[in-house]
Amino acid sequence: MAMLHTVNKSPFERNSLESCLRLAKSGSSVLLTEDGVVGAMQGTKYSKNVADAMTNVSFYVLGPDLKARGLSESNIVDGVKVVDYSGFVDLAAEHESVQAWL
Amino acid sequence: MEDGDQVIKKFMYMNRKAPYGTIYALESLEVVLIAAAFDQDVSLVFADDGVYQLMKGQNTDDIGMKNFSPTYSALGDYDIKKIYIEKESLDERGLSLEDLQDLKYEDEDDDWAEKDSIHLVSREELAEVIDQQDVVFSF
Repeated sequence: MAMLHTVNKSPFERNSLESCLRLAKSGSSVLLTEDGVVGAMQGTKYSKNVADAMTNVSFYVLGPDLKARGLSESNIVDGVKVVDYSGFVDLAAEHESVQAWL
Repeated sequence: MEDGDQVIKKFMYMNRKAPYGTIYALESLEVVLIAAAFDQDVSLVFADDGVYQLMKGQNTDDIGMKNFSPTYSALGDYDIKKIYIEKESLDERGLSLEDLQDLKYEDEDDDWAEKDSIHLVSREELAEVIDQQDVVFSF
């Protein structure tokens, strides 16, 4: 069952991304939103966790939240796909269920 | 510290959260601007995810929130010129001062020369600055 996991907190602030990656099944997707977009950036303490997880799960990040924070789309971890709000809706529709990690 | 008959205290505002995801960053900025009216000795700290508050190029058009980042550049005009950034926090996030706004103030004692408000400090140096404060407000 393909699940969409959403993470809206910075990995520096909470362990929700870490928990999500620990429990997300292979073939599921992770969408980073709000302060969670920090987790998509390259060169951080958590970049490697995300890059490693991408062998099993697909990663997405919400573009408008990157832009709001002055974080460049060209500086995200390789393989993470940027989506807009309609892309968010598509992801929610494509997956069987959505799990929000708070 | 005394200035005439007025007691001046050292107030520090500690910013540790990314902007927009929570209201802390904006609330801190509001409180700082109000406090600036009381002629106290004010310092701002940006550490942990707080360093993201000063990122250049913030654009909130698509998230329907107010972009308050241009306001930081007005802090100098409010005589707030001690802004401390913790270096380790930048390093952990793959950031450098280049990624942040360049905050300045005009020094009235030096023919209004423009000077840097930002002080890049190590964790150890920051601990020392915190230790010298009368009051620390946490955001």
